[in-house]
Amino acid sequence: MTDQADVSLGAPTEDAAGPSGSRSRLIPYAVLCELTHRCPLQCPYCSNPLELERASREIDTDTWKSVLSQAVDMGILQAHFSGGEPTVRKDLEQLVEHAAKAGLYTNLITSGVLLTRARLDRLRDAGLDHVQVSFQDTEAGNADRIAGFRGHAKKQETARMVRAADLPLTVNAVMHRQNLHHLEAMIAMAVELDAERLEVAQVQYYGWALKNRQAFLPTREQLDEATQIVEEARVRLKGILAIDYVVPDYYARRPKSCMGGWGRQFLNITPAGKVLPCHAAESLDFLEFENVTERPLAWIWEHSSAFNRFRGTDWMPEPCRSCDRREIDWGGCRCQAFALTGDPDTTDPACEFAPHRQVLEMPVGEAGGEIPEFVYRRIGNG
Amino acid sequence: MSQRLLLTADSVPRLPRHAKLRFDRARDCWIINAPERVFELDAIAGEVIQLVDGTRTLAVLVDELAAKYDQAPRADIERDVTTMLQNLADKGFVIA
Ligand code: SF4
Ligand code: SF4
Repeated sequence: MTDQADVSLGAPTEDAAGPSGSRSRLIPYAVLCELTHRCPLQCPYCSNPLELERASREIDTDTWKSVLSQAVDMGILQAHFSGGEPTVRKDLEQLVEHAAKAGLYTNLITSGVLLTRARLDRLRDAGLDHVQVSFQDTEAGNADRIAGFRGHAKKQETARMVRAADLPLTVNAVMHRQNLHHLEAMIAMAVELDAERLEVAQVQYYGWALKNRQAFLPTREQLDEATQIVEEARVRLKGILAIDYVVPDYYARRPKSCMGGWGRQFLNITPAGKVLPCHAAESLDFLEFENVTERPLAWIWEHSSAFNRFRGTDWMPEPCRSCDRREIDWGGCRCQAFALTGDPDTTDPACEFAPHRQVLEMPVGEAGGEIPEFVYRRIGNG
Repeated sequence: MSQRLLLTADSVPRLPRHAKLRFDRARDCWIINAPERVFELDAIAGEVIQLVDGTRTLAVLVDELAAKYDQAPRADIERDVTTMLQNLADKGFVIA
């Protein structure tokens, strides 16, 4: 699955030096391989594009292997296998093995609903380093309603199998207005499942999620309570469970550094082989993306117009251009700026200095109002 | 895991399965790969982490470093190394 967790991929934390701005050539950290858009679930916040790629357009095993080898040569350290649901691909073991042999750190990002113990063992033996299982809630009824699929019980079983197979586990939970009241229970569930890590992800409002914003956006009160719960749990569970948590953009004063900066740390490859600077970049419909079947990955990273369009600070308008945070948050998320204002070159409205900051007033003002029905993620619904 | 790990001189630290140490030629430093994270280690941290292999106690590890860097007092080395490793342990990147 490709849920919201992906936004921090490869972004080193404050612990890491990070890529220095002075380095003449930027070396990416991670590649996210979206092996397929096929997925039995229909999460209404799915970060896949509204135009889902059909199975017939998926690139084949050898092309993926070549991409992984090229990634290593570029200095990439991590390969994340995602989707859709990556376990739909029968060649997943082969790809994991190829990546691991080449020295990449391999991570499987899955909904968990299709995994068997035998397959997990094969993946582990192929060199898989880590598994991330997504949960929609702690309560089966609500979780299955959000996913549009009866899978919660199976997900729990899969999470246990992951640990039984001696693989490290991250529980990924996208939290929002309709499940935030179970945050405490989610933390307890992650501990009970013996996860190393819990990722409390927020819905990012573009694509499917933007269609469902009113159904997901929490109120300020809900959010403050959640932040407090996480802060207390972090102290209590220090060295037991690591909790990643970010305040959602609409309530933040400054934007997040989206993908650690456009074209600085990260590449995303779609099922059809298109190379994107972030998983949502296709929403910037004026960009042209190169394909791994046509160009070397390193060329795309360095020279393609899509990667250079928002790289660095030259593209920035005021107030970013003269702001001392311009190389910290890189002006925020381009997809969000475009989705909310129609202008891809403007400061992300998640910044309180943004000229379009007021576009957040309406949704924030209406948060807590009536909850509309979901628009589920499925082909034809976009 | 159900309890916070507190490192002592007798602890035998090692990296957990999800944290992978390797030298990265592209960046010319030791790194730890972990889910959604890369720790780039400076030269000293790189020296320390190579000794974190589940065979040495913290005390032995400090002795080895003290022998190698004989300009620095052992107590200082012990303090710095313990702080660094406890910090990684609290994030789940060192176990014992
Ligand atoms: S529908 Fe849900 S599980 Fe499937 S890819 Fe999208 S977010 Fe992941
Ligand atoms: S003005 Fe631009 S660079 Fe400054 S904090 Fe806001 S988004 Fe970041």
